[in-house]
Amino acid sequence: MVAFNLPLNSRVGQGKTYKAPAGTKRVGEFKIYRWSPDDGKNPRTDTYEVDLDACGPMVLDALIKIKNEIDPSLTFRRSCREGICGSCAMNIDGGNTLACLKPIEDVKGAVKISPLPHMPVVKDLIPDLSQAYAQYRSVKPWMQADTPAPPDGERRQSKEERAKLDGMWECILCFCCSTSCPSYWWNGDRYLGPAVLLAAYRWIADSRDEATGQRLDELEDPFKLYRCHTIMNCTDSCPKGLNPAKAIGAIKQLIVERQG
Amino acid sequence: MLGTPHIDILRSPLGRARGLGSARAGSHHWWVQRLTAVALVPLTIWFIFSVIHLSGATHQVVIDWLSTPLTLGLMVALIIATFHHLQLGLQVVIEDYVHQEAAKTGAVLLMKAACVMLALVCLVSVLKIGL
Repeated sequence: MVAFNLPLNSRVGQGKTYKAPAGTKRVGEFKIYRWSPDDGKNPRTDTYEVDLDACGPMVLDALIKIKNEIDPSLTFRRSCREGICGSCAMNIDGGNTLACLKPIEDVKGAVKISPLPHMPVVKDLIPDLSQAYAQYRSVKPWMQADTPAPPDGERRQSKEERAKLDGMWECILCFCCSTSCPSYWWNGDRYLGPAVLLAAYRWIADSRDEATGQRLDELEDPFKLYRCHTIMNCTDSCPKGLNPAKAIGAIKQLIVERQG
Repeated sequence: MLGTPHIDILRSPLGRARGLGSARAGSHHWWVQRLTAVALVPLTIWFIFSVIHLSGATHQVVIDWLSTPLTLGLMVALIIATFHHLQLGLQVVIEDYVHQEAAKTGAVLLMKAACVMLALVCLVSVLKIGL
């Protein structure tokens, strides 16, 4: 059966509180999930008070400030700090998003931060995404075409054909959507999840790709595709404003369409 | 300190992601679930209005109403659509939450048997009155 409670060794306890220096005018409170594989202890929530007048506007700015100035042991992924690399995906204030695109002032009260839900945790805010990446690879996210490319240039697309890829090529594979999906939580071992299905549809919709039929064959499965119950958390959580639910609906439509 | 962690899966992530491969099925289930849902909208509205209309009617009036071919046909359609939709939906719920293979198969079979039996009882009842 599905486990609705965390196992005993995953229950989150109360951690330390790091007070802001005396005289700080604008204090921001950050409650951050902490877990280390090395000490054998349960996860805990540490509270950090940050001087918001000496901190950038985004949640990632606060995390970097905490790591630099308060607690160097805090562990998280980040790279581009402008919403294009997808590294700093995490659960902030109850929703999955990119820390670099989430303004601190959008959160009422303490900012609660935990790793992307329902993924194995490597350390602190770092989830293990190897299974999600493998699922991505399993849909062959590259062009498959028997027709050779023109010898004198690239494969061409009309403006209309190219426009069909808008809303899909922008995906940065942060997996905010997949890890917000209850169906992916319960059946993530077999259900591909919204991020991977969006990527699959990106190639189904590509006019230059010639493997549409095989791609649909591979997806037509009660678990790989049809665990999507149109819950729409994916579309709700996407920090890039994309619509994976719509792409999944389009795949289902195409599979019905080719039957009659 | 922790002992040596026990690792029981060393199969590659890609091997696990590909799993048993695609079943090449599931679209029919999904499509029929939608078709029965759409069919149930007018059928259910018709049924509710009919019952309201018949409230306070005598036994004979109700039997006469159910005996017309159109009414009986709509009743049979309503019963089939309802229970077909029910078993399709419950199957998805069981598959979502029950992960142990034997328990899942058992639960699905039991649920389907119950739906078929309920549908048959309903069908025999209305046919017995209506025919």
